[in-house]
Amino acid sequence: MPAPDAPPLVVAAKEKNALVISALDRKATALGLRVGQPLANARAMLPALKAVTANEQADLKLLCRIADWCERFTPFVALDPPRGLLLDVTGATHLFGGEQAMLDRIRANLEGQGFAVRGGMAGSALAARALARYRSGSVAAPGDEAKAIAALPVEALLLDPVTTHAFRRAGLKRVGQVAGRDRRELTSRFGARMVFTLDSALGATEAPILPRAPLPDYRAERNFPEPVMTEDVIRAALTELASSLCEILEKRGEGARCLEAAFFRADGIVRRIAVETGTPVRDPAIIERLFRERLDALADPLDPGFGYDLIRLSASRAERAEAGVADFDADLNAKREIRFLIDRLAARFGAHRILAFQPNDTHIPEYAFAAVPAQHAQETKVMWEKIRGPGEAPRRPLRLLTKPEPVSLLRAVPGSNAPHMRWRHAQRVVTQAEGPERIVMEWWRHQDPQPTRDYHRIEDAEGRRSWIFREGIPDREAFSAQWRIQGTFA
Amino acid sequence: MRSEKIAALRASLTKAGLDLPERHARVPLGHEAADACLKGGLLRGALHEVFAQAGHEASATGFAAGFAARVADRKPILWIQQDFSALEFGEVAATGLLELGIDPSRFLVLRVAHAEEALRAASDALTCSALGAVVIEIVGEHRVLDLKTSRRITLGAAETNVTALLLRFNAVPDTSSAETRWMIRAARSNEQDKNWGMPRFDAELARNRHGRTGRWVMEWNCDDAIFRKREAADRGAVVSAPFDRPAAAAMENERRRACA
Repeated sequence: MPAPDAPPLVVAAKEKNALVISALDRKATALGLRVGQPLANARAMLPALKAVTANEQADLKLLCRIADWCERFTPFVALDPPRGLLLDVTGATHLFGGEQAMLDRIRANLEGQGFAVRGGMAGSALAARALARYRSGSVAAPGDEAKAIAALPVEALLLDPVTTHAFRRAGLKRVGQVAGRDRRELTSRFGARMVFTLDSALGATEAPILPRAPLPDYRAERNFPEPVMTEDVIRAALTELASSLCEILEKRGEGARCLEAAFFRADGIVRRIAVETGTPVRDPAIIERLFRERLDALADPLDPGFGYDLIRLSASRAERAEAGVADFDADLNAKREIRFLIDRLAARFGAHRILAFQPNDTHIPEYAFAAVPAQHAQETKVMWEKIRGPGEAPRRPLRLLTKPEPVSLLRAVPGSNAPHMRWRHAQRVVTQAEGPERIVMEWWRHQDPQPTRDYHRIEDAEGRRSWIFREGIPDREAFSAQWRIQGTFA
Repeated sequence: MRSEKIAALRASLTKAGLDLPERHARVPLGHEAADACLKGGLLRGALHEVFAQAGHEASATGFAAGFAARVADRKPILWIQQDFSALEFGEVAATGLLELGIDPSRFLVLRVAHAEEALRAASDALTCSALGAVVIEIVGEHRVLDLKTSRRITLGAAETNVTALLLRFNAVPDTSSAETRWMIRAARSNEQDKNWGMPRFDAELARNRHGRTGRWVMEWNCDDAIFRKREAADRGAVVSAPFDRPAAAAMENERRRACA
């Protein structure tokens, strides 16, 4: 609340190269200013006016924060920028004591946080929006939308200004008057889109609204009349939620691949923590363990502040999961144990940190295999294929450098006839060399021609073996005299 | 006195036909002299340490991979690797493992940032009895790698019978509860070898809780995935770098030798 003697405040945004009022406070409204008025004009009327520049990004961010807070009422929250939110509360109103009580509670709560709120509830999103703007605090009973908004001005339909202006000029000043016209007449004059908007506002057709986030398949939540902040209570609540979620999953014969715990703080901040699994799970003990790992590993731990008043556990990506009948099959049990270990490590360190090897169908050394997240690794048709023949030494290095490094090969150095290899500022005497193994790049994958590589295996006086190459073929391709080391052999 | 008594009791049990099984099986490496020292092979469900000589990291990696493949017995192997290690010494390549005769699809690789994380992950992984072996690759000296930690790993390994292999680069041995400790460097191949020869290691068993120590040149047979005996390269004496001094000293030695 601004001080009583504060000057009127407006927010100005740039529109067509001029600063135009985009929002204003009560005092400014009372003094005759309005949205859309040029700022210079307003300044001339009220020299004491205080103007701030609009920051749309910050506004949107704040709107998202409010949307986060609203998720405690329903997971279906849609943004209606610049300053609206749509909540689909179908089936949730009885939890808050009915429609009117729920609307009053949301409005009172937001007002308590310092926002000026207008809200309405109706069977269609557009009707609710119109009610919010012109009859804040009212609820239209299902089927009564047409009656509830009939008396509102046509601007309540939020049509484009040209259409609204045309209605006004035709003497259709109320929604009810427009709604009473013949649809064919309206369609031929204003187009099908306008009629669709009108009908969906009246509740005659359904206009879909898009939720901010995909809705979870299943969820379990717990409200706390008294905000909780101790870790023990939070963990106990999570365990309880896990078991009730698993009960639902069990009944449906499904398991969750993706789980999210949302912690709603009493002061409006929402913290979400997600874990993923490689296979569908519905074992409360496993879910609890995964969340424990994840919570322990958080770089910025949960900060309950003044406490959480709602904790929600939701399962997205539910998949069919067969019941655990394989208890006698040792092999399956072992597989399950490994998968649990992978999930645990992924929860703690991140899914991209626990990797499994997969073969690739290419002979380019660095691409011949891939280390992919083990949770998402799938059976491939490509088989592992050895390059060496029986009885031969390995032809591919055990440790592959992430990027080939330049080395210099010296034919002879003072005091020695043997060639030397200089790598990372250390010299090695080369005692044996074998090669070349010519690897031609895959021309069908690249736009520009890639140079052919000639690989050599070399051994130094201490028995260490390395894999070096040179790019290009003299007289045929761009040849580079620079040797590079790509890996080291066992 | 006491050991004699135990031996006598053991003998009487054996006579009665009650063979005392070892708590954890031993897996032969394939190298006879080494297996004799190890009383039959590498002990499963225990901690083994493999130290790389400075500059011989790839050899130590191969040796540890061979160890893990021997003891894991077709079970999956978890390889915990520090990010820094992958940058400095290269990633463990699936194709390289394949060429050594070890199936890469048995491997899980966990990338971690610090030694602390690596040890934490190892303790967790050692509770999973479906694993065959856990290789913990750590670069440098760390205060967390003390006797307490190695005891914890040993206990964890014994409980689930999963073998833990601690692969250390740029580090000198310290007190630990490891069953064995190996110092690894590459060994030179023979000139007589027709095609390049199998990977060869100069392996020193520097510590053995239940037997003698020793030093051998071992060869990894990529076809049978087993260690074999091989005559030491006789071309010129290989100066052994110090095991008891930091890596810098070894590097210095190397430099001097190169300059000489």
